Amino acid sequence: MRSLFRFHGGVKPATNKAASTSEPIVKAPLPRRLVVPLHQSIGGTPHPLVRAGQRVLKGELIGAADGNVSSAVHAPTSGLVTAVEPALMAHPSGLTMLSVIIEPDGEERWAELDRLNYKSTPPDELRDFVRDAGIVGLGGAVFPTHLKMNPGREGRTRTLVLNGAECEPFITCDDMLMRERAAGIVKGTAILRHLLQADEVLIGIEDNKPEAVAAMQTAVRAEGESMEVVAIPTRYPAGGAKQLIRVLTGIEVPHGRRSTDFGVQCFNVGTAYAVFEALTCGHPLISRIVTVAGNVDRPRNYEVLIGTPMSDVVRLSGQRTDTTRYLMGGPMMGMRMPGFDVPVVKATNCILVASDALFPPPPPEQACIRCGECAHACPADLQPFELYWFSRAKNFGKAQEYHLFDCIECGCCAYVCPSHIPLVDYYRFSKSEIWARERDKSASDQARERFEFRNFRQEREKEEKAAKLAAKAAETRAKLATEPAVDGAAATPAADAAEDPKKALIAAALARAQAQRAAAQPKNTENLSAETQAEIAQIEARRRTAGSAPAADPAPAGTAASAPDTQP
Amino acid sequence: MLSALLVMTGIAIVLGAALGYAAIRFKVEGDPLVEKIDAILPQTQCGQCGYPGCKPYAEAIAQGAAEINQCPPGGEEGIRKLADLLGREFKPLSEEHGVEKPKSVAVIDEQTCIGCTLCIQACPVDAIVGAAKQMHTVVDKLCTGCELCVAPCPVDCITMTPIPETVENWKWKYPVVELRRVA
Repeated sequence: MRSLFRFHGGVKPATNKAASTSEPIVKAPLPRRLVVPLHQSIGGTPHPLVRAGQRVLKGELIGAADGNVSSAVHAPTSGLVTAVEPALMAHPSGLTMLSVIIEPDGEERWAELDRLNYKSTPPDELRDFVRDAGIVGLGGAVFPTHLKMNPGREGRTRTLVLNGAECEPFITCDDMLMRERAAGIVKGTAILRHLLQADEVLIGIEDNKPEAVAAMQTAVRAEGESMEVVAIPTRYPAGGAKQLIRVLTGIEVPHGRRSTDFGVQCFNVGTAYAVFEALTCGHPLISRIVTVAGNVDRPRNYEVLIGTPMSDVVRLSGQRTDTTRYLMGGPMMGMRMPGFDVPVVKATNCILVASDALFPPPPPEQACIRCGECAHACPADLQPFELYWFSRAKNFGKAQEYHLFDCIECGCCAYVCPSHIPLVDYYRFSKSEIWARERDKSASDQARERFEFRNFRQEREKEEKAAKLAAKAAETRAKLATEPAVDGAAATPAADAAEDPKKALIAAALARAQAQRAAAQPKNTENLSAETQAEIAQIEARRRTAGSAPAADPAPAGTAASAPDTQP
Repeated sequence: MLSALLVMTGIAIVLGAALGYAAIRFKVEGDPLVEKIDAILPQTQCGQCGYPGCKPYAEAIAQGAAEINQCPPGGEEGIRKLADLLGREFKPLSEEHGVEKPKSVAVIDEQTCIGCTLCIQACPVDAIVGAAKQMHTVVDKLCTGCELCVAPCPVDCITMTPIPETVENWKWKYPVVELRRVA
């Protein structure tokens, strides 16, 4: 018997799990319409690969992973893409997001499937395969799984922890998966173990799920694997990755570090099953087990295609009429959904149907009396009341100093608070404000850099222009100095060019301009008769020989001077 | 008596030399206060404060030549931060310099744009791309929303569009304290 450890804090709420485990998992029927959001994991939003009007097959890639920190999205069934447009998301904000809307054709025709033999495939290829199969952490955090399939710096992992604790009340999807599909989970775990080169594998399951423990033990024996199934004491939140690692191995992952730094990696049982499905059957992640519980007549677990509207699934369990809202997740960490028809996504482990009778609205918030109950309950060893004060006062810097970001939002503090303060709401508010500020900060740093570079560039351009001008001036000066004056007009200024180069330049430019002007000036002689033109030519010739008026002299002076000449 | 004087003079010389060395060795380049103020300013480079950019405004504040409430994009929060940093009294945003607006980006109506490049020259962060007689467009990720490109446009094809709320930039709201339930 393995000796177990304890994590600090935690609470023991009523589990409410019995009702939904009495019946086996059943496949939910095909809905009329599937809304598959493209962004279903942490990281970049996958870009759509299909257009409206296109036919897709079951398991066909419809969203390609955007970079490495992202995960692909697939068509959950065969059918017609009716639109690629923003649709309401399963997100507390009530905002829309780019989704692929598919009308199923009912044929469920699979696309061509890729299978891999994990033992003969290089690890890098295996990771890409898992990314392109759209596999993400199914415990609720939806972190892309391929990023966790790395043995780390040392080249091997000491312990692979499989998380089957499922500590939150009402949720039983992992429990049922372990009871019914233990063999697949064990096979998937063997694949993960191979990738991570893990020495030991611990499967942690809360001891309120004896059937799951037994099923997993049988499967491990049947597969001939050396994995240990460990029943751990039931206490919320034993299913938190850090808490489970603490209970099973005694390692406490410190602030700012990851469990992989200590040779431990943790996966959810559902994720292991998805890896098994992807590699041995070629099925990408297009469905998941969802618990429907709460204000329904027949709570149960369903295998639901991603993109099925939640209300379609809940209807199968018999939604009661006084239902007011759906929560995605459990009563402790669940988020209120903005509508009843939001789609089931990869993160949906449970649809908790709520009514005011089942979950009465919390009593009014009262002042914090600093009793310290929250600090006793906090499984992350934080001081929730301090975080509350700082978040309330919008003193975000201080909140961060008190390690706000180590908070896992498990809700233990709010659960025990005698003043009914919605503590987690304050932490979420603080966290999102801090993220927003960080985004603004990096944007303003970028703007500063660009502004400074622009100023530098403008300075440089000005200098370059000045240098170019100076070079040109020097060139002209040199030209003036070497070749003698081209015409009489420039002769006298050129003489004193040596004393005053600027004056010479101006004089040269003046002469040039005058010549240009004379060339462009119309003489208005085209329409005259031949004899008049001949007369003008005669006069011009006489004038040129006399040298009284320079040829380049502009017209007005010329006409004034020529008037007395032509008259007699 | 003499020895005491010598000792004191000796100490004075040694300490003086040490201080002099330290002043050169650990000399602070530039004004660190300007950097700190500049870090608080939003870097829109919009010039609404009356200075050509955030850095000159920061310098003016550091010298005491400018008030801290002349930056509309920084808003009330920016003024509070500046007041905290400088130990000055908080003042509401001065109206002559403008009003706080939601964060926006410039959008060029590409049908109307004649390709005059005037907006490109006006943009303080080089966020507009285009060439003479070619269509221009704003790189929205780089746009600071300074509005400096709006006025020079001869065909009025630039509009300021507020940044829409998406799932990525959505923020949890401040929990509302319910004192008494309304029946």
